[in-house]
Amino acid sequence: MTEDWVLYEVFIRSRSGLEHKHVGSLHAADARMALEHARDTYTRRQEGVSIWVVRSSDIVASDPQEAEALFDPARDKVYRHPTFYAIPEDVKNL
Amino acid sequence: MYTQALDSPAESAGTSDEPERLERFQARIDRDEKIEPKDWMPEAYRQALIRQIAQHAHSEIVGMLPEGNWITRAPSLRRKAVLIAKVQDEGGHGMYLYSAAETLGVSRGQLIAQLLAGRAKYSSIFNYPTLSWADIGAIGWLVDGAAIMNQIPLCRCSYGPYARAMVRICKEESFHQRQGFEIMLTLARGSDAQRAMAQDALRRWWWPSLMMFGPSDAHSVHTAQSMRWKIKRFSNDELRQRFIDVTVPQAEFLGLSVPDPALHWDEATRHYQPGPIDWSELQTVLKGEGPCNHERLEARRAAHEAGRWVREAAAAYAQKHRGLEHGADAS
Repeated sequence: MTEDWVLYEVFIRSRSGLEHKHVGSLHAADARMALEHARDTYTRRQEGVSIWVVRSSDIVASDPQEAEALFDPARDKVYRHPTFYAIPEDVKNL
Repeated sequence: MYTQALDSPAESAGTSDEPERLERFQARIDRDEKIEPKDWMPEAYRQALIRQIAQHAHSEIVGMLPEGNWITRAPSLRRKAVLIAKVQDEGGHGMYLYSAAETLGVSRGQLIAQLLAGRAKYSSIFNYPTLSWADIGAIGWLVDGAAIMNQIPLCRCSYGPYARAMVRICKEESFHQRQGFEIMLTLARGSDAQRAMAQDALRRWWWPSLMMFGPSDAHSVHTAQSMRWKIKRFSNDELRQRFIDVTVPQAEFLGLSVPDPALHWDEATRHYQPGPIDWSELQTVLKGEGPCNHERLEARRAAHEAGRWVREAAAAYAQKHRGLEHGADAS
């Protein structure tokens, strides 16, 4: 068994105006082949107008074990949301 | 398409993992949280998923063979285009699933090597031959129909990458079933010979399709653990019954008869009650003694070997160009 080709993550922009979104991964010998494979694997029904492929090994991801340390500090900062502020109903356009 | 007989964990859950971690893990699943690749998970959960997803992926890949058999002989250009698109989808589904399995730490090369070595399971339904064009109709209608029944609940399975792959697959699957039914309908409304062909296909594919749901609950040892982990959401018998209930009226619409003399509507349960299933046949096919087991694996091996030079050339080309890029960087 020869070694697997490089693993790429695939991101698709479904239509112009929207962001690219992760859809899955695939193997390819190089970046160009990764784009071609992504076309065949993930856009057989016109699911996209643009494709990004990124080597999986180039993605730096946060560690789920550290999720609390990363995200919990935002939890008690409800004043960052507009609904935190009580405004009398008579006040318009606010 | 195609899941079947999702017989999963070999070992009992979590012998080596600490109990409180397991408890927290189970609690997440009970809250319907999704488990993602980098999250902690019990080894048995990981192994059960690898086996289930790999088996499913292999089924997609082997599933291209019985249908591919008819691409050159499709009765019209329209049918040919549709069949090519369907077979292409099956290949794509295999790719989605291999990708999902790889997030669990197994390599694609390993999975494919297992398949080619004959050590991996795939759905036994593909070890039956496609003898006539009507079989392409019957496969789409019944085999894809059974697969959809199996797969829709898996869109809500606990493992994120698998669930997302299933959502994508299920979206594409519905065309497969409808095109199959359309073939059956065309034949059923055709000449006597065409009707007979459709009837013969239903006769041959009905029981194997029912067996796609796996052994009856009484004999399915892994169901309970898989249900607790939500990598399986309904029992084999429940899914099989649902399939029978929706499919029998469709057969009636076609004017074809299901090859089960004991089949009847049970007013008390509001279900169609089938006759007993001959499990010995499934066992034979599972053991590798079905009509096409050997042929299917041979076809996969031949395809793998025939494609070797392409893979090697692509790798060499990529290597060469990486070398050139690095050379350019250095200068």
